[in-house]
Amino acid sequence: MTDLFAARSQMAMSLGFHIVFAEIGIALPLLMVLAEWRWRRTGERAYYDLARRWAKGTAVLFAVGAVSGTVLSFELGLLWPGFMRHAGPLIGMPFSLEGFAFFLEAIFIGVYLYGWERVGPRAHLAAGVVVAASGAASAVFVVLVNAWMNTPVGFTLDAAGNFVNVDPVTAMRSPAAFQQVLHMLLASYAATGMAVAGVHAWMLLRGASREFHRRALTIALCVGAPAAVLQPLSGDLSARVVAETQPVKLAALEGEWLTMRGAPLRIGGWPDASRQETRWALEIPYGLSLLAFHDPHAQVRGLLSVPPEDRPPVAVVHVAFQTMVALGSALALVALWAGWAAWRGRDLSTDRRLLRALAIVGPFGFVATEAGWVVTEVGRQPWVVQGIMRTADAVTPMPGLVVPMATFTILYVGLGAVVVALVTSLVRETSGARA
Amino acid sequence: MRLDALGLPEILAAIIVLSLNAYVLTGGADFGGGVWDLLARGERRAAQRALIASQIGPIWEANHVWLILVVVLLFTAFPAAFATLGIVLHVPLSLMLIGIVLRGSSFVFRSYGARDDATQQRWGRVFAMASVLTPLLLGIVVGSIATGDAGAAADRLAAARDVSYTSTYLAPWLAPFPLAMGVLALAMFAFLAAVYLALATDDVALREDFRRRAVGAEVAMFVAAFGGLAIAEMTAPHVSGALIGSRALAFQTLTAVAAITALWAVWTRRWRTARIAAALQVSLILWGWVLVQYPFVVPPTLTIRDTAAPRATLELLMAALVGGALILFPALAYLYRTFASAKH
Repeated sequence: MTDLFAARSQMAMSLGFHIVFAEIGIALPLLMVLAEWRWRRTGERAYYDLARRWAKGTAVLFAVGAVSGTVLSFELGLLWPGFMRHAGPLIGMPFSLEGFAFFLEAIFIGVYLYGWERVGPRAHLAAGVVVAASGAASAVFVVLVNAWMNTPVGFTLDAAGNFVNVDPVTAMRSPAAFQQVLHMLLASYAATGMAVAGVHAWMLLRGASREFHRRALTIALCVGAPAAVLQPLSGDLSARVVAETQPVKLAALEGEWLTMRGAPLRIGGWPDASRQETRWALEIPYGLSLLAFHDPHAQVRGLLSVPPEDRPPVAVVHVAFQTMVALGSALALVALWAGWAAWRGRDLSTDRRLLRALAIVGPFGFVATEAGWVVTEVGRQPWVVQGIMRTADAVTPMPGLVVPMATFTILYVGLGAVVVALVTSLVRETSGARA
Repeated sequence: MRLDALGLPEILAAIIVLSLNAYVLTGGADFGGGVWDLLARGERRAAQRALIASQIGPIWEANHVWLILVVVLLFTAFPAAFATLGIVLHVPLSLMLIGIVLRGSSFVFRSYGARDDATQQRWGRVFAMASVLTPLLLGIVVGSIATGDAGAAADRLAAARDVSYTSTYLAPWLAPFPLAMGVLALAMFAFLAAVYLALATDDVALREDFRRRAVGAEVAMFVAAFGGLAIAEMTAPHVSGALIGSRALAFQTLTAVAAITALWAVWTRRWRTARIAAALQVSLILWGWVLVQYPFVVPPTLTIRDTAAPRATLELLMAALVGGALILFPALAYLYRTFASAKH
């Protein structure tokens, strides 16, 4: 394993680990606040229990998210000093703002979790609102950095390759900024909301307390389902920005080798780098041109338009993209189904077919998020800053990077196993206590 | 140090040190609490641990953000310094991160996990050991920056001279002086924690437990500080020379006064005075390092001016800091007021 690959793997693993906790940290506080709000309005005990349960989950998952986020902020320098040396002044701004948002989140999560008896009801609810809002704000700022790496603006390059005339405000408003932020926020609410709905659907199927889980299901779906339905539309917006600003990434995620007008949309298939074609895909004529440019005869650039060393690993990106779209679509369909059933006035908590579907698609959002992150990050390779700086030029000169990579992998696998066990036992406790 | 030499880069450097100072006084004490969890002894062992957990619980995550702020401000305002430190201090910083991850996660696993004793003890032990590891490494990192060995290794690497793994990535921090600074940081955090904990309880016996611990930690600080100075005299005379040189002498005198005041106040059970003196002493030690090192961020080569980001970034960052502070400080005050003590 080369040092570059080890560094990329460590970063990918750290981000892949953190992103799940970040998503939960954005959306679970919202569920918790909604439950507390319902409790304060209706006085129903089940809502209070629910708020306390979700708060417990938030406490554990937020802490793991906070420490794994700290690791990332250091890893920027430990693994990518070349990137930080040049890009620091441009992307430091959103990171600094994120620092303050994170401060607010950490302060008010302390007030919320430990303050049930110490602060007044309004103050307590408000603390939860601040946690939910600053979690979302943190995500906005961090994704602005990633958007800049995909569509870098706000500087000029001098002859030595240094960034001069830096303008951090312009850098924050890069072409991909709005679409990427929207996609990530919707992903957080969709993945977390639908996963929580899946857990409670599963509990209902097992005959646990209807009183409790019916309310939980409703709140989780109110947050998760609209986001899941909107996400494909946001994905379309994102894809069009990618088509315009990162044509090679688009070609990789679609497995498009040849530049052509009226390009087909490929579903499934395996991009074969040696034969320079995507085999066994279901091709929908004109589909890609239509989706990416809203014109059936639009020209779509192929991978062969750039030399091999400028192409991302096509197969990984293509498969990840297909996975994301498939899982996201399944989530959206089940969300629509739930919405339609609710609109028809049915009681969702007794509709066993719907509950089964919700339980099955529960984890889809997180898997789709991981796949989507692979699409945007691996799809940008070999660049760390699209078209400007290669990942190979950003990596630390320290040899033996396989050691920290392996160490952090073991650490995170262990941590992940503990978190899964802990959350499972928290969920079990719910059924035991309230069944 | 002429006044007109103090521009935006220096102000931002000072804000970074202030953030580090805040981290040491708050987050540092949380790690110190973990040290006392590890060393909990006697019949009040469980009560000691319960007090520590109640004091850390609501605030450690907010306290931890100071460190993130330090990192973020460093790479925004002084990106070249951040990049350099990331390269040559990769190993100790990675080890410190492992400590940070294990400390935070084991603390919540203990708080929210299974209530049975075996599970509690297991996570308690991880929490306590990570609380010892992390401050040690933080001190080691600071020590290796202070000696100039980390910076010199980076300079050699840039010039492609003597780039063996050991001399570049291990020797700068795996040395007597940085190790002494690691012990000093550990003792400092334990000292702060003991003083804060004594003030946070009404239980006289518990107070006395932490009074004895505070005295012990203060003694350990003296030993580590003077041991470090002696080591510096032998291995890095430019550091010891600077530490007791004319520029720093007045400063070191102040530190000594604060240290003696803190010890006297702990001894005579004047807890509020002790808390102020302890915080002052620890802060003065930190600023003493900064003063010795000024104007270098990473001695012997990289200065504040050399590594500063472009003006546009610094100005914007300054504005963000002012705006952020207006929100942050009232929120922090609210947090601390809400959880002022474990007393009911």
